[in-house]
Amino acid sequence: MRRSKTPKLMSPKSRSSTITAKLQSHASVFAALGDQTRLALVAKLAAGQPHSISELTKRSNLSRQAITKHLRVLESVGMVHSAHKGRESLFELDPRPIAGLKEYLDLVAAHWDQALSRLKSFVET
Amino acid sequence: MNDRIEMRIQLKAPVSQVWRALMDYREFGEWFRVKLDGPFVKGQVSRGSMTYPGCEHVKWEAVVQKVEPERLFSFTWPHPKSLERAAYSPEYSNAPTTPVEFRLEKTKNLLVLAESGFDQLPGDLRLEAFRRNEGGWIAQIKNTETYVAEVA
Repeated sequence: MRRSKTPKLMSPKSRSSTITAKLQSHASVFAALGDQTRLALVAKLAAGQPHSISELTKRSNLSRQAITKHLRVLESVGMVHSAHKGRESLFELDPRPIAGLKEYLDLVAAHWDQALSRLKSFVET
Repeated sequence: MNDRIEMRIQLKAPVSQVWRALMDYREFGEWFRVKLDGPFVKGQVSRGSMTYPGCEHVKWEAVVQKVEPERLFSFTWPHPKSLERAAYSPEYSNAPTTPVEFRLEKTKNLLVLAESGFDQLPGDLRLEAFRRNEGGWIAQIKNTETYVAEVA
């Protein structure tokens, strides 16, 4: 079984520079995640609910200032976004840097792959 | 951006048998893991409940689009915002849909599955999909929470 891909009309040069840019942005996302505090913050936000800095500080041994600094690092690579709510800033996970359309398609394709394998054994046995 | 999934699979079975596995709602339910209320009828809504382990609370709903015997079967299905048990609500009328198509190439014993329209789906829906995908990045990050929560 294979997935057919639409060929992209791109010169080898522009394609390689696109790949380089993508790798660079992935590298910066991974660099941002390569810290226990930030990974823990992402893990907390991955549950789906936006959290204020106070909430995120409450469960840690770090100061509000330190947590804010870590959140800004995550924000700089686009992994979290903040929105003002009253006097507080609420931070929310943005999946796009690690979960773009391509990754979503891979996920859906994996589900179909399993379903079609079941269909295959269903009709062949 | 490519927003289409296309998969080809060779099936060593007579086309009539493959067609039955697609169109007979009980046979479809066997391999797709859904319990459907009744037969697929062109232009009508097909309803049922998933039987896939962990997804038993999820309702199946699709609108049958094309039925061309032993050639083509297609439907559109909705993508509700969340499939999590707690947040799940089977209100599909406003959910975005994608078309799914099964095409049989008789001479080659080939089944071609295509699903498209993913660029119409909102980004937060994709996030949900990643949250519930056990092997996915977000799930992996969530798994690390147990280990690193105390450090932060």
